[in-house]
Amino acid sequence: MAVAEIELARTPKRRGYWAGVLHRVSGDPVAMVCFVVLMALILSAIFASWLPLQDPYKASMIARLKPIGTEGHLLGTDEQGRDMLARLIYGGRLTLLIGLMPVVVAFFIGSALGIVAGYAGGRTNTIIMRTVDVFFAFPSVLLAIAISGALGAGIVNSLVSLSIVFIPPITRVAESVTSGVRSADYIEAARASGGNALTVMRVHVIGNVLGPIFVYASSLTSVCMILAAGLSFLGVGVKPPEPEWGLMLNTLRSAIYMNPWVAALPGLMIFITSLCLNLLSDGLRSAMNVKD
Amino acid sequence: MFAYVIRRLLLVLPVAFGVSIICFLLVHIAPGDPLTAIMAVDATAEEQAAMRAAYGLDRPLPVQFLFWLGNLFQGDLGNSIATGRPVAGEVWRAVQNSLLLAVTASLIAFPIGLLLGFLAGYFRDSWLDKLVTSIAIAGVSVPNYWLGMVLVIIFAVKLAWLPAMGAGPAGSDGWTFDWLHIRHLILPAITLAVVPIGIVARTVRALVGDIFHMDFVMALYAKGMSNFDVLIHVIRNAAATALSVIGLQMGALLGGSILIETVFNWPGSGMLLSNAIFQRDLPLLQGTILVLAMFFVTANLVVDILQAAIDPRIKRS
Repeated sequence: MAVAEIELARTPKRRGYWAGVLHRVSGDPVAMVCFVVLMALILSAIFASWLPLQDPYKASMIARLKPIGTEGHLLGTDEQGRDMLARLIYGGRLTLLIGLMPVVVAFFIGSALGIVAGYAGGRTNTIIMRTVDVFFAFPSVLLAIAISGALGAGIVNSLVSLSIVFIPPITRVAESVTSGVRSADYIEAARASGGNALTVMRVHVIGNVLGPIFVYASSLTSVCMILAAGLSFLGVGVKPPEPEWGLMLNTLRSAIYMNPWVAALPGLMIFITSLCLNLLSDGLRSAMNVKD
Repeated sequence: MFAYVIRRLLLVLPVAFGVSIICFLLVHIAPGDPLTAIMAVDATAEEQAAMRAAYGLDRPLPVQFLFWLGNLFQGDLGNSIATGRPVAGEVWRAVQNSLLLAVTASLIAFPIGLLLGFLAGYFRDSWLDKLVTSIAIAGVSVPNYWLGMVLVIIFAVKLAWLPAMGAGPAGSDGWTFDWLHIRHLILPAITLAVVPIGIVARTVRALVGDIFHMDFVMALYAKGMSNFDVLIHVIRNAAATALSVIGLQMGALLGGSILIETVFNWPGSGMLLSNAIFQRDLPLLQGTILVLAMFFVTANLVVDILQAAIDPRIKRS
């Protein structure tokens, strides 16, 4: 009895693969700082209306373009006298939504297309992958602006155009990962023991390919953020007076002579967010690459 | 090699065809009628129909596509709805300005990116590696339109060293190589170069690091080859992949310049594109996108062929 207890205590705790990844990421200080910053941004955006902030839409003719550190306006005011701090925090709502959602949508659609193409091979593969190739002929910025420009400004249109931009790269990665897995011995074994295509795909393929696809997709989030804000910056994304970092950057552009540092604030938010997304994705990638 | 070039050329055709389909459809996914911008508000039904017939919009889509494609082969991209001038001429003028910006940015970005990436990969885990990695991650994370604004704030507003916008002194038309014009090129070109510096440095660092861990490097050292000669082998090995990243970035520079041109009021394809969007000038939008995408396709083609020329492994596969 006592011996068994000692044995138990000695056996190192066994973790599953994802628990191991989580453990390694949480031991990475850079990734953790980024995670905390991102969570703070996301939570403050979600709960913005409960925070002691001023009305982000309330303009004031006399309080226009106040510098950073003004009494009552910690981060100054914009070109219509609206409180910058409130607008930056509220602005996170749309920017983060339009910056992250398309990657999630593209992750599902792109993975599905890529896994089917990679697993089925043959003509199905040719049709899907050649179509994807055509979209690769457009630089991503150009494709996003083209579709948004044609559809017109608006939140939904931005979501649609950015999702379309990110489906092809995810499909391509999903296809190459899946065709790698397809020729593995265990798939052969599963098929030989009578599993039909759907079962094999569900049980053996998806579990083994989603990880790498997920890491790749996570590396796209920062590009998507920058693009999403860029669309609004160009005027083909979110419409005024909605607070959104890219749009704020655009409307404040005329203020760079009056109050340059206030004008630069929304871009700083985009930079910080995309930096954190990149570093977190890098941390995730190295945590998943450890082979033991 | 010749056979490879032919095969690669044939592969481009379906992609180019697909690109033209997407560009053609752009006009048709747009909500509303492409003619509303120029049609009189009180136009009667007959007048509207006449206008539609004049622009060929009354025919079925596939027929419209074939006519459009046929015109394309004759260098006719249609006429701008806003100005009535041929789209091809407008796009050509703008693309020249964009190319000037993109080429200058490439000349800044690629040597710096390659050098930084190579040094970081060679001196893995040194302070230099950490510095380069930080620069690279900042470079790929920064929204370049914001960076452009910050550079304008520092160098144009605060220090007043360089002009904030435009492609030349007021009143000048066209580009000439004198200081007055080059001054205008500096800030946008640097802004545009930052992202590719980051991407190239990151890729080359990982690449060079991996190659140094390959068995053949060990073998070369084992047979007594000098450091320098081993380096040549490593560089030759990395060249093909580095080239493909550079090729992709070339195209991305042309696309990325859209936002930068807006920041600096640079009269290139990006400006043309945003004008087209705001005036709902769909033929102009379509033509600009098509030309830029075709540039990107051509750049990739050239890179693929160059890659095969320096790396015999690619031809065989």
